[in-house]
Amino acid sequence: MNKIIEWIDKRFPLTSNWKAHLSEYYAPKNFNFWYFFGSLALLVLVNQILTGIFLTMNYKPDAGMAFASVEYIMRDVDYGWLIRYMHSTGASMFFVVVYLHMFRGMMYGSYQKPRELLWLVGMAIFLVLMSLAFTGYILPWGQMSYWGAQVIVSMFGAIPAIGESLQQWVLGDFTLSDVALNRFFAYHVVTLPLIMLVLVFAHILALHEVGSNNPDGIEIKANKNPKTGIPVDGIPFHPYYTVKDIVGVVVFLMVFCGIVFFAPEMGGYFLEYNNFIPANTLQTPDHIAPVWYFTPYYSMLRAVTVNFLWVDAKLWGVILMAASVVVFAFLPWLDRSPVKSIRYKGVYFKTALTLFVISFFVLGWLGTKSPTPLYTLLAQIFTVIYFAFFILMPWYSKIDKTKPEPKRVKE
Amino acid sequence: MADSFSIPDEMSGRRKFLVAVTSVAGGIAGVAIATPFMMSMMPSERAKAAGAPVEVDISKLEPGMLLMVEWRGKVVWVLNRTPEMLDTLVKVEAELADPNSEKPQQPEYAQNRTRSIKPEILVTEGVCTHLGCSPVFRKEIAPADLGPDWLGGFFCPCHGSKFDLAGRVYKSVPAPTNMVVPPHVYLSDSRLLIGATSEGSV
Amino acid sequence: MKKITIVIFILCMAPFSSLFAAESGMALDSAPVSTADNASLQRGAESFINYCLTCHGASYMRYNRHYDIGFTNEEILTKLIFTGQKVGGLMESAMQKKEGEEWFGVAPPDLSVIARSRGADWLYTYLRAFYRDDSTATGWNNLVFDRAAMPHVFYQLQGEQKLIVKISDKGEQKTLVLDKQGEMTKAEFDNFVGDLVNYLVYLGEPHANARKELGLTVMAFLLGMLILSYALKREYWKDIH
Repeated sequence: MNKIIEWIDKRFPLTSNWKAHLSEYYAPKNFNFWYFFGSLALLVLVNQILTGIFLTMNYKPDAGMAFASVEYIMRDVDYGWLIRYMHSTGASMFFVVVYLHMFRGMMYGSYQKPRELLWLVGMAIFLVLMSLAFTGYILPWGQMSYWGAQVIVSMFGAIPAIGESLQQWVLGDFTLSDVALNRFFAYHVVTLPLIMLVLVFAHILALHEVGSNNPDGIEIKANKNPKTGIPVDGIPFHPYYTVKDIVGVVVFLMVFCGIVFFAPEMGGYFLEYNNFIPANTLQTPDHIAPVWYFTPYYSMLRAVTVNFLWVDAKLWGVILMAASVVVFAFLPWLDRSPVKSIRYKGVYFKTALTLFVISFFVLGWLGTKSPTPLYTLLAQIFTVIYFAFFILMPWYSKIDKTKPEPKRVKE
Repeated sequence: MADSFSIPDEMSGRRKFLVAVTSVAGGIAGVAIATPFMMSMMPSERAKAAGAPVEVDISKLEPGMLLMVEWRGKVVWVLNRTPEMLDTLVKVEAELADPNSEKPQQPEYAQNRTRSIKPEILVTEGVCTHLGCSPVFRKEIAPADLGPDWLGGFFCPCHGSKFDLAGRVYKSVPAPTNMVVPPHVYLSDSRLLIGATSEGSV
Repeated sequence: MKKITIVIFILCMAPFSSLFAAESGMALDSAPVSTADNASLQRGAESFINYCLTCHGASYMRYNRHYDIGFTNEEILTKLIFTGQKVGGLMESAMQKKEGEEWFGVAPPDLSVIARSRGADWLYTYLRAFYRDDSTATGWNNLVFDRAAMPHVFYQLQGEQKLIVKISDKGEQKTLVLDKQGEMTKAEFDNFVGDLVNYLVYLGEPHANARKELGLTVMAFLLGMLILSYALKREYWKDIH
């Protein structure tokens, strides 16, 4: 065994990489619950790729056959239902895990220096994830696939001057049709997964360059054992965090399998009821709502109802929606606080973050509802709160009364 | 300031045991997860339905005539052999590789000299056991290309394998075994079911 | 910190509690669904073949799948297949799509996954809510689905209902009363539709029972795995001080 490894090491950096990224990668010893979601995101990515490969073996990206081929997978292919539910549940769980992962970063200031680039790569992953979710949702070619895509693609039309041509270029047709289904399939199974893998690789590389943040938000590399050169608050990722992450994985799988086996539709949130109706290009369903993970942004899209500054409401909605996603990327420069972790930040930041989380949930909830005047007003109020969290951050994070950071991490 | 951890030089018995048990359980989980994925690549219900047994009416099959039937995307021959044809089966036996059909290329009920249930009716997959081409039915005796010893049989145009009128392979040809006799059953005198051994097992 | 976690947890749960509560205009009756009840499913399957399959297809479903609900090969051939189809064949409708459009204005939808889009309660209420209405093309209307293109196919079984509208200070109240008695009593008819809807639920996801069974095994395994992996983690983390 050792001889084989020796033979390989002379030709490929196996042992050195194992050490650099696992057995001698020192992570802070005080990781808590929130630190499971990075490795879980990787697990879900693997799940999506594996189940996705097996789904492509039987799926047909053809407007006339797509819906039937999905039911073929569900009924005629041995265990096809399991593979499909794993994929559909995986899509939603990917967002659950990634949202929690991002929230962890916001709580503990993981985006702050020196992790700005790590955060930006993460944001790029988030954008690719959203594109993957969108292109994937079109594939079953049900009513929600069709009309959801119709709404999203129409947003391109809101861009002045080039909008209409751009929309036709995206669709390859004058309307959403088989052509678009075919190319979105290509994006979903080839283009985007490739980009995703490269970005995830870069994300991990960047992380291992700067080292992991922790719930105390202090740099463990600043305090090394002079004899061994190992951070005094660091422990090797392997075996300590590998065994710990296995526990996290098992708990996650219990939730995941609970959904796959006992509630695959998740009350219409993971698989929408209307998507069990084949796409009908002549009739929009009575009630259309995006899948839950897009609803907060969708609410903001709908919230703008007035023309403003020579720009019409439709375009403002699109701008606002795009901004609501992109704005996360600016966090490293918006946060002027001298400390990273919420543990040592003051009451302003804590209040702001709480309000932000509430507005995210309320907007998400509103996005599943048909708009009424009251709901639209609520959406407008919470959109303002959502953006205020970011826009006012340079001010409130600076004047916030912070507590001093400790020298060593706390248990 | 010392490190926050100390890895013991020797793993304790308990730790060794837990690592072993968890690894075994993880291995079981891996196999369990792989199973549905592998199973999904087996023929689906649609393929099975398309490959369902085929019923053939042989009441109009004259002696000496060959009927071609499609079953599971392969050609199945139903040959009504004349008494002269049946006589040739004995004559060629010395030149055959497996005259007694010892290799399991047929159901038990067809492991006889005629390789059939009814002596005159041959049911066999029209697929050469070499590389899957479909041989040609050559019933003429001693044609120019097959030589004076040819008493009628099947000849594969791809690589020249020869079979007799019971689908038995000749010696010194590329094909290794006799042609495959598919499962079949007579539902009545003239109704033949190919692909199953009883009507119920459809 | 802890407080934020609690707030998040409550917010996560909120959307599920109010799920679709305000969606439908009319209160739906609760359908007696029991996918383990093979007798009910078999009755439903036969009704489906007799009453629905003439116009609607269930073209993602194969006849031989009905082994699931206890039919034998023989029973499938005699009780379910009347169109000369093979047991492995799909349950396609005898009616062509074009004919359907001509007769009803819209092609009758495929019913393979209708229970997954409409829901059992909606179907159960809908199928029992036809009433006489001379202003429509078919002479029938429906309290749940106004001006449905589908006529009342169970007319002989249920009889004829008529609509009574009461206007009170609470607004309009619509109720249906039986005008002409059909072959079945109300309880019999409710059971009949109940079996049919139960079958439609099965039809929407034939593997549902197998799914839940496999799920129990998987969860039991994961529970064992949890205990093991937690013990392993505790063991290793003794090294940390």
